[in-house]
Amino acid sequence: MAGIVLDKLKKSYGGTEVLHGVNAEIADGEFVVIVGPSGCGKSTLLRMIAGLESVTEGEIRIGERVVNGLEPAQRDIAMVFQNYALYPHMSVRQNMAYGLKIRGLPKEEIDRRVEEAADILEIRDYLERKPRQLSGGQRQRVAMGRAIVRKPQVFLFDEPLSNLDAKLRVQMRLEIRRLQKRLGVTAVYVTHDQVEAMTLGDRLMVLNGGRSEQFGTPIELYERPQTTFVAGFIGSPAMNFLPATAEGGEVVLENGARLPGGTGAGRVRLGLRPEHLLADDGGPIRLQAILAEQLGASTLVHGTLEGTDSALVAALPGTRAVTEGEVLGFSVAPAQMHLFDGEGRRIG
Amino acid sequence: MVENRPWLAFFTHVVLLIGIAVIALPIWITFVAATHDEIRMTQVPLPLLPGDQFWANLKATLFGRGLSGTETAPVWRMLFNSLVMAMAIALGKIAISLLSAFAIVYFRFPFRMGFFWMIFITLMLPVEVRILPTFEVVAQLGMLNSYAGLTIPLIASATATFMFRQVFLTIPDEMLESARIDGAGPMRFFFDILLPLSRTNIAALFVILFIYGWNQYLWPLLITTDQDMTTIVMSIKQMLEAAEQSPQWNIIMMTALLAMLPPVLVVIFMQKLFVKGLTETEK
Amino acid sequence: MLKRVHFPASALPYLLVAPQVAITLVFFIWPASQALWQSMLIEDAFGLSTEFVWFENFQALFEDDQYLGSFRRTAFFSLAVAFLSMSFSLVLAGFADRVIRGATTYRTLLIWPYAIAPVLAGALWVFMFNPTLGIVAYGLELLGYEWNHQLRGGQAMALVIMAASWKQVAYNFLFYLAAMQAIPRSVIEAAAIDGAGPIRRFRTIVFPLVSPTTFFLLVINLVYAFFDTFGIIHAVTQGGPANATTILVYKVYNDGFVGLDLGGSAAQSVILMVLVIALTVVQFRFIERKVEY
Repeated sequence: MAGIVLDKLKKSYGGTEVLHGVNAEIADGEFVVIVGPSGCGKSTLLRMIAGLESVTEGEIRIGERVVNGLEPAQRDIAMVFQNYALYPHMSVRQNMAYGLKIRGLPKEEIDRRVEEAADILEIRDYLERKPRQLSGGQRQRVAMGRAIVRKPQVFLFDEPLSNLDAKLRVQMRLEIRRLQKRLGVTAVYVTHDQVEAMTLGDRLMVLNGGRSEQFGTPIELYERPQTTFVAGFIGSPAMNFLPATAEGGEVVLENGARLPGGTGAGRVRLGLRPEHLLADDGGPIRLQAILAEQLGASTLVHGTLEGTDSALVAALPGTRAVTEGEVLGFSVAPAQMHLFDGEGRRIG
Repeated sequence: MVENRPWLAFFTHVVLLIGIAVIALPIWITFVAATHDEIRMTQVPLPLLPGDQFWANLKATLFGRGLSGTETAPVWRMLFNSLVMAMAIALGKIAISLLSAFAIVYFRFPFRMGFFWMIFITLMLPVEVRILPTFEVVAQLGMLNSYAGLTIPLIASATATFMFRQVFLTIPDEMLESARIDGAGPMRFFFDILLPLSRTNIAALFVILFIYGWNQYLWPLLITTDQDMTTIVMSIKQMLEAAEQSPQWNIIMMTALLAMLPPVLVVIFMQKLFVKGLTETEK
Repeated sequence: MLKRVHFPASALPYLLVAPQVAITLVFFIWPASQALWQSMLIEDAFGLSTEFVWFENFQALFEDDQYLGSFRRTAFFSLAVAFLSMSFSLVLAGFADRVIRGATTYRTLLIWPYAIAPVLAGALWVFMFNPTLGIVAYGLELLGYEWNHQLRGGQAMALVIMAASWKQVAYNFLFYLAAMQAIPRSVIEAAAIDGAGPIRRFRTIVFPLVSPTTFFLLVINLVYAFFDTFGIIHAVTQGGPANATTILVYKVYNDGFVGLDLGGSAAQSVILMVLVIALTVVQFRFIERKVEY
């Protein structure tokens, strides 16, 4: 068992730098999710940890070892690929045993480990089948089984659930989480899906344009996003951003409405989560409705801040009929107002 | 088809059957000739229906010394030579093409593209256009009248290399990554993962190359003078020449049947692989 | 072209390409450059001295009526084989494509001549047309037509064309049938609903849609007729009578191995090389276009 340290990690292809110095300390047994939009460098980062991409600058340590120059097989890691990468011509058993066979483990030990993993994942009945005879979920389990039998120090997951349908994804998410806790192995998991990230990770790293925007627990990221990018990426529906001015402990909106709370002075961006807008007929935030999405448990009202073009979304509990043009009033608790400066960094 | 008119379907089958008859006629004539005795085969008109001498002719052809009046190797010996040549060419081409395609796709090394183009050039240099100098090279290397001389100069293959390159490129990168995480080195990856994943392509190519090797004519004609090295396909021409003096068409046509049988059986019984091989090597 | 990931650099890739490269160098590149070199040499009658003469051999070839005649014959022979074989295959494939059940059986019965060596094909045909014994020659005689390809150049040419086309029908049929079966049924059905009968559909829908295959097969058939028919000529006519069937490939062999004219044969080889290169370029150009479809 081991933690992972990423020290000022950089990666360039030709002349273009795609990772600009990423730092992170991942504790032993921790589940860390790297999340970000496509092209942010998250897969590259994971593949560098795996040893499938070379390190341009900086250092990767697994446990106490610097692994920069080591082959993937020497790093004591296991990886689950997006498309599972099962060897199509080998049975499930052979797939799981292949790495162990190369390492030269005795046959009894290999069988023991494969069967143990098969029991944990409940795939014992499929051991003699070929990958093409399995469903998507079963292949996913085999891919995990292949990782488990190696008893690695680190699990690496590269968007392992994106090829599954929505229902199976939820189920496998829980299983991955349970399995990782049970085995106590450090895990690094890459995804572009923020819901997956929030539910799985002990901590999340939000990666954007090859930089780590924030690294923290899901609740920290939700409650105190450090940048507008993190604020907009984490949480669903996404946060509203309104141009505003902060002055004397108040935030003044474009249409002149004043909200108590906030610090600093000058032009700011005010972030408000739709679910934090409280229906209040006399409230200072006036939303002119365009349409409502009925989700059953809640209603999303889409519209604009009255008298402006700024889009505004509010989540109301239960069902609520809304007519176009109707103006609704909301208020917000000062603690749930997020202020950002011109560069998108959090104020206060 | 769209129409459901019985006469149209009938007409379709009639046309196809006529086509097959035209295609099969030469073989039928050959077969009939191989079932009559020598005397009958000199009387005009020649028979159109099979006779009863098939087994006698087969025995005489396989174990006799060819046509009376000519000295040729026994037919079984020539069949054996053809088999060795076809197998060596097919397997040799497959082996060296697999290796070079593997190097070109999975490694990055100086002169990689240079080697690629060098292999590509062989496509433009069929034996026919470099007959004499190639013959001289083989002669200087002392490879005349040997299996090595019959086969090695023919086993370079741009087509096969390109085909395997194409096959390897369609194998997902994750196979290699996964194998590397499992600790497989290059040759281990080649034998454990790449070869099994390409096995239908290998089989399809083998079918095509076996036929190609078996049917070689000009090359063996140039480099074998020793009768013991003659191939069955070559022997037909020698027999045709001998037929001017002593026409033994029953034996000649039986030899022709034997010469075409192995590749024809391969095409018929491995039709799927054959079709796959033909269409893939043309990509 | 390249994989995203590679094995680390080592001497291994060089070892892997070594056999192929060695064979290519020794048996392809070296002899081909020898041919280039020899094509510019003239040897005296006793083979004692050679002289470097630049392009004199080529000049001599293009002033030689026999060579030019061989060029023309090759062109005629190749086009005739391509046309005969392709049109026969096209018609058969068009009918086979209509057959719902049994199409594979017909395919099996039509493709096996592919496996027969050209020289064997030649032997079969020369036997059928043997002037004294041949069954077809006999039939023609009954009809009042005298057949003797050993004496008549035109008949000899016709015979090698028939033999060469016969062998190539299998290949063309296979590709035409595959191309036709790849046409979506809905297109054919739409044409039928528009009121096009089977013949009209073939002419206006099927034939235009398989035109890439037609072009591809044309190149392949020309290459086949140029280079792979040596065995047929050698078995059927030996280039005769009076050179009536001496195509280029046969002439290279004959001048080099039988006539022992080294420079002239080498110059002919070089010209053939240029032809193959041209045909290969055309073929690859076409294949690139096919990718776009």
